[in-house]
Amino acid sequence: MRMTYREAMRAALREALLADPRVFLMGEDVGKYGGTYAVSKGFFDEFGPERIRDTPLSELAFVGAGIGAALGGMRPIVEVMTVNFSLLALDQIVNTAALYRHMSGGQFSVPLVIRMATGAGRQLAAQHSHSFENWYAHIPGITVLAPATIDDARGMLAPALADPDPVVIFEHALLYNLEGELSEAWRDADLRSAKVLRSGGDATIVAYGGTVWKALEAAATLAADGIEAEVIDLRVLRPLDDATIVASVRKTRRAVIVDEGWRSGSLAAEIMARIVEQAFYELDAPLARVCSEEVPIPYAKHLEEAALPQPAKIVAAVRALARGG
Amino acid sequence: MTEAALAPVDLPDALALELLRDMVRIRRFEERCADLYGQQKIRGFLHLYIGEEAVAVGAIHALAPDEAVVATYREHGHALARGVPAGAVMAEMYGKREGCSRGRGGSMHLFDAARRLYGGNAIVGGGLPLAVGLALADKLQRRQRATAVFFGEGAVAEGAFHESMNLASLWRLPVAFFCENNFYAMGTALARSHAQPDLCVQAGAYALPAVRADGMDVVAVHAAARRALEHVRAGNGPYFVEFQTYRYRAHSMFDPDLYRDKAEIESWKRRGPIHNLTNRLKAEGRLTEEAFLALDAEALREVDEAVAFAEAGTWEPVEALASDLHTPAAA
Repeated sequence: MRMTYREAMRAALREALLADPRVFLMGEDVGKYGGTYAVSKGFFDEFGPERIRDTPLSELAFVGAGIGAALGGMRPIVEVMTVNFSLLALDQIVNTAALYRHMSGGQFSVPLVIRMATGAGRQLAAQHSHSFENWYAHIPGITVLAPATIDDARGMLAPALADPDPVVIFEHALLYNLEGELSEAWRDADLRSAKVLRSGGDATIVAYGGTVWKALEAAATLAADGIEAEVIDLRVLRPLDDATIVASVRKTRRAVIVDEGWRSGSLAAEIMARIVEQAFYELDAPLARVCSEEVPIPYAKHLEEAALPQPAKIVAAVRALARGG
Repeated sequence: MTEAALAPVDLPDALALELLRDMVRIRRFEERCADLYGQQKIRGFLHLYIGEEAVAVGAIHALAPDEAVVATYREHGHALARGVPAGAVMAEMYGKREGCSRGRGGSMHLFDAARRLYGGNAIVGGGLPLAVGLALADKLQRRQRATAVFFGEGAVAEGAFHESMNLASLWRLPVAFFCENNFYAMGTALARSHAQPDLCVQAGAYALPAVRADGMDVVAVHAAARRALEHVRAGNGPYFVEFQTYRYRAHSMFDPDLYRDKAEIESWKRRGPIHNLTNRLKAEGRLTEEAFLALDAEALREVDEAVAFAEAGTWEPVEALASDLHTPAAA
C-alpha cells in the first residue's frame, strides 16, 4: 500500500488510541488545529478533547505532566512541536524522566512517549531547524528513535508505547510528505537494530532520519560510477546498534557518517569512535563524515542548502575515501 | 507564650498526639542526621527541615493512604510523616542498599512506591509538573483522590510553578499545591527575589483558591490542608496554600548562614511547632510532662534503631551499578 510518512504516523497513532484506553495524545495544537504537521488531523473529532489534549504553550509543564500521567498509570504520547522548543522541556526529560527509575532504586517506570519534529530544509531559519538528536542520545535511561522510512513511521510507535521506559521519537519535518510503499515488514519494527537499506562492498554510509534519503541518493549516484556503497539507516540513536555498523565496515573497510547535527560533539563523532574502537585494523582509509556546517541554520535557501549535508557532499566524501584507499 | 499559642487544639486526642509524635520523631531524626554528617556517615547535601515539621506532618496526616506526595530535596520530614520506616530513610542517607532508594538517591531523593511518595526532587520546581500529571492520570481514570505537591517559595519564581498552576487550573486537576514559605531561597530572601512578595496574589492569578496558613502551628496546617484536599477531591480543581514557616538551621551543611539576623531566627524559634502544640495540649490538660518525655524517649529509641539498621546495612555490589536504568522485560 502506498502512503505518506504522515499517513503512516497517523495510522500508527490512531491504532494506538483505538487499542488502549490509557493512550492519549497531548501537545500544542494537536487537537482543534489538527496537528502542526497535520499528523493528528481529525483525531479531535474522533477521540474527543480528553484524549486529544490541546495544551497551553508550556513545554516544561506538559512534558512533565506526561511523566506524571505515565507514573499514574496512563500511556501518554506527548508531542513537542519542534526539537528547538523541546529545550524548554529538557529539564523534565533529562532531570526527571530519564533518571527516575534509577534514582528511585528501580521503584518506578515512566512509560512515556515523546514525539517531536526535527531538522531543516524548509527555510524556517535558526530557531525551527536544528537537530539535537545527539543531546538526547547522550542520556542514559531513555530510548531515542529516528524513523526514516514509511515502515518505521508506521511500525515504531507500538513498540515505543509498549516500552515501560521513556522513548523519544524524532520525526524529520521534511519526511512528512515522503511517499512510499508500506511493506509487511513494518510489523517487525524493533527498538534495537539499525538496518541495511542498500547493500554494497566498497564503502559504508551511515545515516539517520532525514539524511537517510540523501545517503541513498548519493549511493545511486556512486553506483553509476561503479562504486557500490552500503547504506545503513541507524533507526535507533540510543542504544546504538554497534554490531550492524561494525559488521558493514569490516566488509567495506571504509565509512562515511552523515549527520544533520553539527560536527563538534556530534552523533557522527560517537559512531566514528565506536568504529575505531572495534574495527580500527580493518579500515583501509580514515573515517569521514558529512555534518551540518557549524552555523545556525540560515533562512536564505542557498545558504540553508549550503549548511546541510547534501547528496553531492556525501558522494564527494565517499569518492575521496575510495581514492585514499 | 504568644496569644496564638493558646488557641484551642481542635483535634481528637489521638490525632493531636499523633501529630506531636511525628514532629518529635522528625526533629530527633534530623538532629541525629546532623551529628552523623559531622561523623561523615552521611555525605553529599543534607538539608534539614528542623523548624518546619508542622507543615509536612499537618498536611500529610490530612491525606488518604492512596494519595500521592511529591516533595522537594528537604523531604526527610515528608518521608517520615508518610510512614517510610526511619531505618529505610537513614540507610538511604548512608548510601546502603537497604535504603528506600537502594542508595541511588541519598538525602534529596527519597522514594517509596508503596506509600506513593514520588521523591525527593532536587530541581527546584521540578516536582510540580509531575504532580499535575499524576492528578491528570487520576482524573482520566475517574479516581477521586488528590495529589499533594510540596515546594518552597523559591520555586514560585520558577517557570515550572506558573506553567503548572495554569495547567492544573485550566484542566481542573485534583492537585493540592502546598507552598512551604520559609522566606529564604537558599540565601536569598523572599523580598529580594519576588516583585510580588505576596505569594497568594501570585497563585491567585491562576483562578484558584489561594490561602495563607500558619506553618508553625500544626493544628492550623492540618485544618488548612484538610480544606484544600476536600475542595480538590470534590472535583473543584486545584487549591494553593502558603504555609509560612522557618528553618532553624542553615540551608545545607555547607551554608555558613550569613544572610539572616540571629534575632530573626530566635524570634521564630519562640514560635516552634513542637513547643507550640505541647504547651497548648498541656494547658488543656491533655498532655503531661511525663507523657511528653515518654514520647520523646520513644522517638530517640526509633532513631537509635534506624542508625543501627543503617550501620548494619550492606553496600550495593558495584556490579549492579547500571541496574534499574531500564525496566527489565517481563518474564
